[in-house]
Amino acid sequence: MKLKELESRLQDLTGFDKPRIELEQYETQPHLAARILYTIEQSYGDIAGKMVADLGCGPGRLTIGSALLDADFVYGLDIDPVALKLFTRNSNEADVDNVEAVLMDVTTISDSADGGRMSGLFDTVILNPPFGTKGNKGIDVQFLQAALRLSSHAVYSFHKTTTREYLMTRAAKDWDVEMSVVAEMKFDLPQSYARHKRASVDVAVDLLRTVHRTKTKENT
Amino acid sequence: MKLLTHNMLTSKCIKGVQEGYPLRLKVENVEVKESDYNQEFIVRLLPKIRYDAIYSAAKDAGIAEDLPDSLPEDAATSEEFLRKLHHVLLEIEIMAGELVCPETGRIFPIQNGIPNMLLTAEESI
Repeated sequence: MKLKELESRLQDLTGFDKPRIELEQYETQPHLAARILYTIEQSYGDIAGKMVADLGCGPGRLTIGSALLDADFVYGLDIDPVALKLFTRNSNEADVDNVEAVLMDVTTISDSADGGRMSGLFDTVILNPPFGTKGNKGIDVQFLQAALRLSSHAVYSFHKTTTREYLMTRAAKDWDVEMSVVAEMKFDLPQSYARHKRASVDVAVDLLRTVHRTKTKENT
Repeated sequence: MKLLTHNMLTSKCIKGVQEGYPLRLKVENVEVKESDYNQEFIVRLLPKIRYDAIYSAAKDAGIAEDLPDSLPEDAATSEEFLRKLHHVLLEIEIMAGELVCPETGRIFPIQNGIPNMLLTAEESI
């Protein structure tokens, strides 16, 4: 599928009607989502023919985008049932049959509690996590740790650029991974949030690629 | 919820649960939704699935008539078997029902085709 078509298909999907601030719900814009997914597949071959998971999937733009790029199967995990209602509607709209949603708290899959049968199940995990700006500091790291546990090969995740050094240090010291910055971008977050006074605030965001040094043992 | 998903879910995140697998399946409303057969994908799945749990879930869902009760030796090359597996794993949609923890009896509802694995604070590790 060409990039333009992917973007157009993602544009057709429905986003949050009333995003919940405390969950830091905001959508990955279709333009960006398409380009990111396209890059992940073109540059790294990490989508087509792969098992993929999207953590904090929301209405499912990244999930469905991965399915459209010929992932074998894509799981969308999210804590909000309203988001997953949109997810179901969107996957029907996009006419993809290789996606599935699970309503769950991704942070329960942390370093101490394993992911059960889902550990290492996914070749690739993609996530646009909450950034930890709403009294939930560190949640993006928890999401990333969950992603590392669920993935056997690669994780693609968005994080505030201000956290880059911290994450790189963790990667080098605590996680047996190679971490690199794939892209730097600006997220235009607050248009979804009624409480912001200014119309638009840019947040510098990294797309990180984190790869397990040894392909982790597949779930047994 | 597809039976592929059932094969991957556990209740292990509940405090005190040892394995939490497989979850018992109670079906209230099931649909069949056709999907494209992708043989390579099904073959790739073979090492990841627990066949006995598929078989028991299929029985719970009332759709096990065609399935062998254990994984055939030639599974990876038998298109006939792989197509059956495709049907059971990917074309059966549990729209409403329950997943039940085999150790605690805790019920995880399936609503609108989505399994609800959310725990209370007391239940989580």
